[in-house]
Amino acid sequence: MATGTMTLPRFRLDDREGTSLAFPTGRPALLCFVHEECETCNLSMPLIERAHRAFGAGVDVWAIGQDEEGNAKLVERHALTLPMLDDSELRVSFAYGFDTVPTIILADGEGAQLRRFVGFGRDDWRDLFAELARLAGVKAPRVDWKSYPDSRPGCGSRSVEPGIYERLVAESEGSPLRARRIEIAPHDDAVEFMYDQGLTDGLPVVPPTPERVLRMLRGTRRDAQEVVAVVPPNLAPVTVEKVAINAVMAGCRPEYLPVVIAAVEAMCTDEFNIHGVSATTMGAAPVVIVNGPIRQRIGLNMRLGAMGAGYRANASIGRAIRLVLRNVGGGKPGGTERSTLGNAMKYTQCFAEWEERSPWAPLHVERGFAPADSVVTLFASTGESLMVDQTSRSAHQLAGSFGLRLEASHHPKGHGSGDIFVVVSPEHVDTLWRDRYTKDDLRRRIQEVTSRPARALLQDEESGAGLPRALVPEAGLDGLVPKFRSADNIHIAVAGSEAGKFSMILDGWASGATGSMPTSRRIEEVS
Amino acid sequence: MTTQTRPPTVILDPTDEREPIRRELATRPEHVSGTIGLLDISKPRGNVLLDRLEVRIRERMPNVDVRRYRKPTFAKPAPEDLRQRIAQECSFVIEALAD
Repeated sequence: MATGTMTLPRFRLDDREGTSLAFPTGRPALLCFVHEECETCNLSMPLIERAHRAFGAGVDVWAIGQDEEGNAKLVERHALTLPMLDDSELRVSFAYGFDTVPTIILADGEGAQLRRFVGFGRDDWRDLFAELARLAGVKAPRVDWKSYPDSRPGCGSRSVEPGIYERLVAESEGSPLRARRIEIAPHDDAVEFMYDQGLTDGLPVVPPTPERVLRMLRGTRRDAQEVVAVVPPNLAPVTVEKVAINAVMAGCRPEYLPVVIAAVEAMCTDEFNIHGVSATTMGAAPVVIVNGPIRQRIGLNMRLGAMGAGYRANASIGRAIRLVLRNVGGGKPGGTERSTLGNAMKYTQCFAEWEERSPWAPLHVERGFAPADSVVTLFASTGESLMVDQTSRSAHQLAGSFGLRLEASHHPKGHGSGDIFVVVSPEHVDTLWRDRYTKDDLRRRIQEVTSRPARALLQDEESGAGLPRALVPEAGLDGLVPKFRSADNIHIAVAGSEAGKFSMILDGWASGATGSMPTSRRIEEVS
Repeated sequence: MTTQTRPPTVILDPTDEREPIRRELATRPEHVSGTIGLLDISKPRGNVLLDRLEVRIRERMPNVDVRRYRKPTFAKPAPEDLRQRIAQECSFVIEALAD
């Protein structure tokens, strides 16, 4: 039994006749929170009614029921004459902060709590009757206490049921939610409404109700109103709450939220330059690569079909940052989003590196993070395409083969290119590692194999794309030009199924300080 | 069967909650005078177009001054100081896209 001098929340509720009763009443009051479906409440009801009849002259004894139909049944079943108040909206139950019914609270005339207990306890009730007798100045009635059990546990209060609890939090004064509320008429379809408002990427979104957004916010320890980033092109500040809203719409689970937040942070840096990535007619999109322990915890796919469809974490995290960009930043096709053709990655692209399957240092460690850090890396890609080599048997052969394939990125004559991302499959890794080829060996070999004399890259009759004569490097027409400006522009991760000698090439966009640079951010550790 | 009316669905606004501001076009003056800025966004051959424009403007409007500007990269918005400089120095600006 808990006692204390705390002041209880004031409230006003209707009884079954529609009379509004306010607490505190100026007299001692016994508040009995009950729910009809709870056996322990039914066990307690005769004592509650008894208290009303015996002490009602000096103490207000109220039953406060949690659903309207159930309240009627309780009244009928137990022939109640005491006021039965309707708390079917559960606001008072929520405000009183209990999670079990029955909860029995004795208060003084000013609303200070004198005693409280939950469930059923024979001794609790006997003591309570003695105190009620003192307060009312009457003799306690005779009760056959032996006919009652020693104790019975209570039942779950409806105010803490999943879905209901979130609604109550969202509606309470302490709600962390500040976003504008939009009411959708009862006969309107929420999904269609969101299409009409231009809030989707072309696929249906999950309506971000306050309950869902609150659940989403439980995925992070960060304050809901903390500003995560300033989102281009409108340079709009985005709070944790706004990220959570868009994460709900994208289909995320709460545990994905830290990844989405870190990805939004990375996306909105000057170095990543999402404004340019979106605006370019080339059609670039941010690809999200996740490393570290969080991969396993949230079920990010890094194996079979890692870059494809079918996995909720992959699909919804990639989509969430696109929705933030669209809804918060205002980046919409036809506006500042101006791809000539676009690509499917503009819906979503997120995958994890299969670090355990790789003999190499994972991407995030190469980029300066600790192996135990969870990290998100964003890469601006203009397209995905396959590297097919089922027949190379030595690392030297396969690495050379990678080089030839990569030379075709954007255009075979386009040398001196910026960034490229290579997702090496397990079978290809095995071939490379058999000869102890490191990532740097692979990079070096790619540069070696693709180095052409400037002469071979000149614009000519066969192809107007290529090196303009005026821009031939100082080394002259016979000087060798590798495909990539530097071996460091070749980014490598391992993913994919055990079967298949295929790797994936993610073509880059304009790179360096005037384009987009791959950008990493550490992900908040929540559990 | 329940006879209760269905409550409206409430959703939280996923946008930045700023209504887009409709910008009115500046009033078009009847005569061109002062300085015309020619802004090259650094895309290939944008300068070719602007060179030609500059020649034409000087021929047709000898009393008008022409100044040239250049963005560091077409891939990012013009830096704030460049925008300020153009606004201070010019009455008109012509921006050349290219390719």
